Amino acid sequence: MNFYGIRAIYRFEMARTWRTLMQSIASPVLSTSLYFIVFGTAIGSRMGEIDGISYGAFIIPGLVMLSLLSESISNASFGIFFPKFSGTIYEVLSAPVSPFEIVTGYVGAAATKSILLGLLILATARIFVDYSIVHPFWMLAFLVLTAVTFSLFGFIIGIWADDFQKLQVIPLMVITPLTFLGGAFYSINMLPEPWQTLTLFNPVVYLISGFRWAFYGVADIHVGISLSMTALFMLICLAVVAWIFRSGYRIRS
Amino acid sequence: MQPIITIEGLGKTYPNGFRALNSVDLQIRQGEILALLGPNGAGKTTLISTICGIVNPTQGKVKVGGYDILRDYRNARRLIGLVPQELSTDAFESVWATVSFSRGLFGKAPNPDYIEQLLRQLSLWDKKDAKIRELSGGMKRRVMIAKALSHEPEILFLDEPTAGVDVELRKDMWQMVRQLRERGVTIILTTHYIEEAEEMADRIGVIDHGELMLVEQKTQLMAKLGQKQLRLHLQTPLEQLPEQLDGFSLELCEQGSMLLYNYDSQQPSHIAELLPLLAQQGIEVKDLHTHESSLEEIFVGLVKGAKQ
Repeated sequence: MNFYGIRAIYRFEMARTWRTLMQSIASPVLSTSLYFIVFGTAIGSRMGEIDGISYGAFIIPGLVMLSLLSESISNASFGIFFPKFSGTIYEVLSAPVSPFEIVTGYVGAAATKSILLGLLILATARIFVDYSIVHPFWMLAFLVLTAVTFSLFGFIIGIWADDFQKLQVIPLMVITPLTFLGGAFYSINMLPEPWQTLTLFNPVVYLISGFRWAFYGVADIHVGISLSMTALFMLICLAVVAWIFRSGYRIRS
Repeated sequence: MQPIITIEGLGKTYPNGFRALNSVDLQIRQGEILALLGPNGAGKTTLISTICGIVNPTQGKVKVGGYDILRDYRNARRLIGLVPQELSTDAFESVWATVSFSRGLFGKAPNPDYIEQLLRQLSLWDKKDAKIRELSGGMKRRVMIAKALSHEPEILFLDEPTAGVDVELRKDMWQMVRQLRERGVTIILTTHYIEEAEEMADRIGVIDHGELMLVEQKTQLMAKLGQKQLRLHLQTPLEQLPEQLDGFSLELCEQGSMLLYNYDSQQPSHIAELLPLLAQQGIEVKDLHTHESSLEEIFVGLVKGAKQ
């Protein structure tokens, strides 16, 4: 195992985070704060409770997920896309590092960054809304699992993308709508049929539901199912990454 | 001596059907400087990229230090440092950080003393904290060399190291290559500057159309393919050559004031017979000198020959 290699990639990626602090940490925190002000404080005060939880507190898990998903994807995809774009990938390809080590370095750094961001958003939320966390261990477990899974997904997008537009299209056109429709701002039980059934095909529903359960002990979907679905998506991403390295798809000609 | 790199039947066909390498066999000896010469698109970079693990071969085998580059890639790649042709660097990193990154990537424990010595050697020490994008092209090239040497490799690949580099840096680089060789580092460089190969290399390989046309000791290559020419400046111009000189392959030029005698440097020449014969005919020689063909002429001859 080339630990120095993993550490080199991880540190390189983290250094990029600190270099772009405003863009990578400050701006997601700011935009989430705006959601809390608008939905949590302003509109939320006029809304009824959902499952016995005040509306402001109800949306916290969903908002954290919204940032976690989009940041994990954009960090990880940019991290691997840029060396491909600038040509510096040659060094990683010619180094004695295995695919597993490469992925650990890049995905590990992207996930670390989005976990830090998620915690920062939770801390920011505290300023606007009072909330509690019933299952702190499971809250962290969901946070880490989701960050790793979507960083893997971002890594795949970064390999697949051959221009900047492709890099943006999945987060903007797929992830954002899925999160908004995944119960970030409502309980899926509030939806009429057939939307309530259709919405079960949205993987983000399981992430948000499980995460909310860790906070308040109530969920739209049983937490076991949420956990299994997240794990399943992670396995799919791992399989795709394994295939990418075996076939050399878009990295090794 | 045991070869440090063994290439057997190496072939690469790209998915679009382009055959970049065609069954290349080559043994690279430990500690030598091998220059790969060839026109653009000949397959030099593909050959290097395949050995270094950036391009997957479609056939054949490569062993580096006895390790198969695919099965035993970790051990094989640890031995190799690569300076690619393109100036691909991380614009926002500092020189120090990027060189340290390379060392880590290749699995070596940090060694600030070594990195310092390396940067000093490459005249990069006073730029160690500078961001790479602030550096000139020549400086970036030095950074890429420092990166390639950061993990103390035994083999160094230099892909077109002096393309677009000024004279001073080129001389520096040649100096550095010689120092590395003295330390026992094996160096493989590609170039289309023939003077570079002539200046640096122990052996020269010529690649064209994905085939390794020949690999020879530089001196042997030049001797073997070298045409020599005796140029005689005549006191008085000749209208035509006397019949008595028909047996020699002579050529009259510059309005009859110069006589050219072409001969093969490997074969016994007939200069000893030619000169008295000229005197006999009353042809006075004002001056004479010999000219040996450079690698460039040899090379152009080879590539032309292959096309016909």
